[in-house]
Amino acid sequence: MPDNSQAQAKAATAPVLPSAAEKQQRVRAMIRAAGMLPVLLILCLGFHFLADGRFFTGQNLGIVLQQAAVNTVLAAGMTFVILTGGIDLSVGSILAAAAMAGLTMSKMPELGALWLPAAVLTGFAFGIINGALIALLRLPPFIVTLGSLTAVRGLARLMGSDTTVFNPSIPYAFIGNASLTIIPGLVSIPWLSVIALLVIVASWLILRRTVLGVHIYAVGGNESAARLAGIKVWAVLIFVYGMSGLLAGLGGGMQAARLYAANGLQLGQSYELDAITAVILGGTSFVGGIGSIWGTLVGALIIAVLSNGLILVGVSDIWQYVIKGLVIIGAVALDRYRLQGSART
Amino acid sequence: MSGPILEMRGVSKSFFTIKALQKVDLTVYAGEVHALMGENGAGKSTLMKILSGAYRPDPGGEIRIEGKVARIEGPMGGRNAGISIIYQELSLAPNLTVAENIYLGRELSQSGLLARGTMREGVGPILQRLGADFTAATLVAELSMGQRQLVEIARALHARSKILIMDEPTTSLSAGESEKLFALIRQLRSEGLAIIYISHRMDEVYALGDRVTVLRDGRLVGSLDKPDIRADSIVRMMVGRDVSSFYKKDHDPHAKRDREVLRAVDLGDGRRVKGCSLTVHAGEVVGLAGLIGAGRTELAHLIIGATPKTTGHLELDGERIEIETPRDALDAGIAYLTEDRKALGLFLDMSCADNINLAVIGRDARLGGILDRDKAKTRADDAFSALGIRAPNPGVTVGGLSGGNQQKVLLSRLLAIAPKVLILDEPTRGVDVGAKSEIYSIIDNLAKSGTAILVISSDLPEILGICDRVLVMREGHLAGELQQSTNSPITQEDIMALATGTEHVDA
Repeated sequence: MPDNSQAQAKAATAPVLPSAAEKQQRVRAMIRAAGMLPVLLILCLGFHFLADGRFFTGQNLGIVLQQAAVNTVLAAGMTFVILTGGIDLSVGSILAAAAMAGLTMSKMPELGALWLPAAVLTGFAFGIINGALIALLRLPPFIVTLGSLTAVRGLARLMGSDTTVFNPSIPYAFIGNASLTIIPGLVSIPWLSVIALLVIVASWLILRRTVLGVHIYAVGGNESAARLAGIKVWAVLIFVYGMSGLLAGLGGGMQAARLYAANGLQLGQSYELDAITAVILGGTSFVGGIGSIWGTLVGALIIAVLSNGLILVGVSDIWQYVIKGLVIIGAVALDRYRLQGSART
Repeated sequence: MSGPILEMRGVSKSFFTIKALQKVDLTVYAGEVHALMGENGAGKSTLMKILSGAYRPDPGGEIRIEGKVARIEGPMGGRNAGISIIYQELSLAPNLTVAENIYLGRELSQSGLLARGTMREGVGPILQRLGADFTAATLVAELSMGQRQLVEIARALHARSKILIMDEPTTSLSAGESEKLFALIRQLRSEGLAIIYISHRMDEVYALGDRVTVLRDGRLVGSLDKPDIRADSIVRMMVGRDVSSFYKKDHDPHAKRDREVLRAVDLGDGRRVKGCSLTVHAGEVVGLAGLIGAGRTELAHLIIGATPKTTGHLELDGERIEIETPRDALDAGIAYLTEDRKALGLFLDMSCADNINLAVIGRDARLGGILDRDKAKTRADDAFSALGIRAPNPGVTVGGLSGGNQQKVLLSRLLAIAPKVLILDEPTRGVDVGAKSEIYSIIDNLAKSGTAILVISSDLPEILGICDRVLVMREGHLAGELQQSTNSPITQEDIMALATGTEHVDA
């Protein structure tokens, strides 16, 4: 918008006092950074009030964090992918396949301890295959990952001969169910949530503090320009799908440790939708190039708080679906309204 | 003379506290071409959007059409008031036919069904009047840019508009298409239409303008009548100062140059570029002229490896180099400024600083990939002061800047790699006069410091003003080479003769 640029040009030539326009710009930037956080806080307070003070208890918050953990990890991977303007529909299936691979490995006497790396690497391998098909054969991400959604699900069933694999003595089971005690008897955080948080921090470091991160935003913002600017677009794409697969594999490991079991048919069904929802709630643009990993964390927490709060309040399972869906649409509508007038020309 | 067809008195528009337009008067008569000039951000677009109904002016001003006070509101407001606007980026749906586009939003129907036949017949006479070489049933996607513009004009005529506003209509036209457009504009003028013609290009304003109105910083500077239209007075009105040394040339254009930096031998892509060989020396500014579609941009893309070469090779500093991708070119020190900065150059949602640093963050990074943020900040700050980029700070997104400042940001990215060879494709397209002369002096300074520069441009005065030597392309070939010399400078006619393949008779 030429008017906008004129305003900026004027602001630059007159550095005396922050003008009203500049102040407004600053306020807008703050609102933008806060994103969906106010929505999350309002939801928490609302549920606390409606559920007669049962929401903000140490035990309940632990449950919320634990429920949010796996989706947060998947959504972190999905953030990488959506930032490049792509989509990964296969994370639920990859999670199942990785959990199957991990559990199978955990039952091998000598290699049992390696089950977690096995799960993560399984996910990584599937992700790299997705990425190679998208980056090298230039196939559309939606089609490729829709295909692997189905194919990998089949492989997951194949791995356990279509049965549920149990291992009640799986190594490192603590990560699935135990908590990290911060203040004994008072504050503890589930290990699953600790992992999720570490994944978020690592993702933030990659996205905001490395060359690769800048390249991811660049590819999502303008792929042709990225290519002309000398960015290896294919490498960036393979990385983001590999990352999404790797984190889906980690999610599979987390699920396996929590359940001591995995089932190729049921595990991770439609998890991709929750992950995508978290990313979109977090304000990441579906066309790529705009978004932040902190937004994704808030988005994943909103989903978990909604599920937990609606149960606390005693809303029936059927209505939970309806309300969740409406909240998602409402939140994104709010986001659109909020971002109107930002500089996307 | 009868009364004016459009009269604006004291029209203002502010956005919050910013005054985009302040008490502007504009009077336009039927049967005249009224050129509207001003730098980017001077308020031309705002004025246009008020006339289209996209913006509502601040209270206090008045707009009269044919003497009657008009209220222009809503997206169809302008059209209903008899005003049609042809935007720089044409607003046609390429997947629809010419007739469907012309009737867009006002489709005819018979008992609920689209009356395709009637619509086609309704469009026919107008297309004929405009001398169109396509039919109402043609898909817009199959038309050239010039033909598409014709469709836009047909749409305006079909809506019985009395005032036609054209925003930089020749930007994407070839020289031949532009000539046709000018003839058409003259025809429409003689038929009694009022045409408001927005352009940066002085030669077009000379050729067409009956009157010129100049805006600066949202205010009316003044109007000139035909006899007073002169380049120096218009430029002075636009920038508010004398631009005497518009094409500044500090480096010596006639110096003997023996250090060859880039040599392309027999480059071809098998389609648009056929066997082109050229050399660029250190400290030399070489122009690459030609008609649109002659293959200039395609040749540049071949050099930097954006498209694969089928024939030929490159030499840099006398040694043969293999360039397969733009990355290879950057690594070798060959930088390319694209002609389409929004689509192929900038990352509009990213900050100026990120855009400037993009090509070198990998080189600057520590531990194999951790960003060096101090270096990035210093580089962005330096670029801001060195090139005079006007933005509050390097952290703002580049999408909000004016064309000239965006171009400087993109140029800073290329300069960050300290290129040996700089290829500039239409470096001043969509850039206002002030920024233009700044970009020229940047090019001049780079040449002085020994960079080999190849400038692709359709702006002939620009090529003549800044280049030491000019190569002319025609239909994928290099048609000839012209050397700038003190006693016989290159002329526009020389270039056009080579570009079009016509014999040029020296006087």
